[in-house]
Amino acid sequence: MKTVEEIKAAIEAAVPEAAVEIVPNPSPSGQHSLRLGQRHAEAVAKFLRDDADLALDFLSNVTGVDWPDKEIAEKVKVTQTVTKTVDGVEQAVDETVEETRKRVQPGYLEAVYHLFSMEKKQGPVVIRLRTVNRTDQVELPSLTSIWRSAEFQEREIFDLYGIVFAGHPDLRRLLMWPEFEDHPMRRDYVEPDDFDYEPTAHDQVLARAAAHRAALAAGQESAGQEGKGAGQ
Amino acid sequence: MTLTGFVQENKKVGWNRPPVIESDGEGELLEVAMGPHHPSTHGVFRMDVALDGERVIRLKPVFGYLHRNHEKIAEGTSFLGSMPYTDRLDYICSLTNNWAYALTVEKLTGQEVPERAEYLRVILGELTRVQNHASSIGFLIQEMGASGTPLMYAFREREKILDLFEGLTGSRMMCNYMRFGGCRVDASPAWLDATRKVVSGLPGFIDEVDRLLSSNEILMARTQGVGILRPELAVNAGVTGPMLRASGVNYDIRKVDGYGIYNRFNFRVPLGDHWDVYDRFMIRMLEMRESIRMLEQALREIPAGPVMDPKAKIRGFRPKPGEAYGRIEAPKGELGFYLISDGGPNPYRYRVRPPSLINLTILEDMCLGQNVADVVLIFGSVDIVLGEVDR
Repeated sequence: MKTVEEIKAAIEAAVPEAAVEIVPNPSPSGQHSLRLGQRHAEAVAKFLRDDADLALDFLSNVTGVDWPDKEIAEKVKVTQTVTKTVDGVEQAVDETVEETRKRVQPGYLEAVYHLFSMEKKQGPVVIRLRTVNRTDQVELPSLTSIWRSAEFQEREIFDLYGIVFAGHPDLRRLLMWPEFEDHPMRRDYVEPDDFDYEPTAHDQVLARAAAHRAALAAGQESAGQEGKGAGQ
Repeated sequence: MTLTGFVQENKKVGWNRPPVIESDGEGELLEVAMGPHHPSTHGVFRMDVALDGERVIRLKPVFGYLHRNHEKIAEGTSFLGSMPYTDRLDYICSLTNNWAYALTVEKLTGQEVPERAEYLRVILGELTRVQNHASSIGFLIQEMGASGTPLMYAFREREKILDLFEGLTGSRMMCNYMRFGGCRVDASPAWLDATRKVVSGLPGFIDEVDRLLSSNEILMARTQGVGILRPELAVNAGVTGPMLRASGVNYDIRKVDGYGIYNRFNFRVPLGDHWDVYDRFMIRMLEMRESIRMLEQALREIPAGPVMDPKAKIRGFRPKPGEAYGRIEAPKGELGFYLISDGGPNPYRYRVRPPSLINLTILEDMCLGQNVADVVLIFGSVDIVLGEVDR
């Protein structure tokens, strides 16, 4: 079995614009992965499947991972020029201050593909694709035309994570019902307030239900999360 | 159109897509929702079928009736806390689910498993395979119309194996037995003797089923040449387990990965060469015989010793950041787990690769052009459990 570095070199030889990056995996499993650029992902996938040395004809597992926006707090040493009164005289003094700066690392959604070779009996080769962000640019190229086994699994990711696979032949929700609106596997998913479906209608629930109905009667369409998870 | 005709047609559309079959234009298409309460669906599963007379023109499976988002629940639970929940995935084979999860976590942390525990895992895994294949054959025959008798033969034997599970783990089906770095409790000599006794009775049971069914005229007429799955498509669609081997592809993860101690065992991998429902039935019969050979060897060789890695940490279990994909040859196919740890007490990402769901990808391809009565058989030959399909 080739190492990830060799596979990277082979991909770059075959698809020069591929933009492959190695993602190291520090755990003892040692399954390092390759991050592919979106644009040439399909060509790379085709190469991985058809290459005689790799022959990755079996796509075993496809899954999504959600990496939300991360706030990173960094301590930075900043040198400032401060005007101070020293011995009754105003002087400009350089002072080093430690400052905590916060920056937000933008989040993204990721699709992870685990490839094996049935012909050569080798694997796994792990490839990853990233969306641009988590909100409006969530498209990834579908690899269903290369490996049919991605068909249901990409549908599942579309359903639970909200990644839109461009070129998928039948992109519908797989597990949730068609009217459902959110993506339950996202880290920031909040369950809808299903007061109608509480198994025991104790006082708290009844109070919440009454508040909902009052809000609805007042014509506030957005009250609660009607239609989001309730219904059916 | 003949079946080779479909394949030709298929090549035009894209060879790994289901073919488009035109109705002959006489009469209307009948759309039937088979399920979610159809008795042959093994649970709550729906197939939206379009029929031209008796011929299937379109078939779309509908999932999700049993969905409870197992993965989300596991991400909010400690690593060990998901172990009992894995029993509920494929509830017929809870021990292999335990094994796949434990194996993946051991890959993630690099833990060692003591030898006796490895032997116990093989014994329990192969017993699980025997009872799964026995009952899946029973269900298949039941769906063909042989109401009761063959299924009860299978269940009689399965119950003996479930008694063994109960004796060792305390539960017939929800065993919750494996741990990261070994097994929960040790097997007593009395339990091993009881297992030897049950295993020595299994070949007789398989001979009996063989005599009763394998050359039965009705079974052959109903299953031979039905639901053909070509090997190229099977590989491309990620089909695994007995389904794949019935399509003639030699791929058994016990041989390929040799996980646990499987490379110490000498067993053969049966392969089909007609790729139909009968082959899938026959492959399961033959795999049971190989399992029995492995069981005999394991019960002969099992050493004394601990069943749990003494360094294994149960409380405060926090794997270092990283990820791992582990897989085993479960009775239904490749059962994989994919875990990402961020160093916390619960997994950042927990994914189950369900063989039952992925084996259904090509259900439409196998059923198109067949009679509606055969759909039930083809579906039965895939051998699924809805707890795992919907998760």
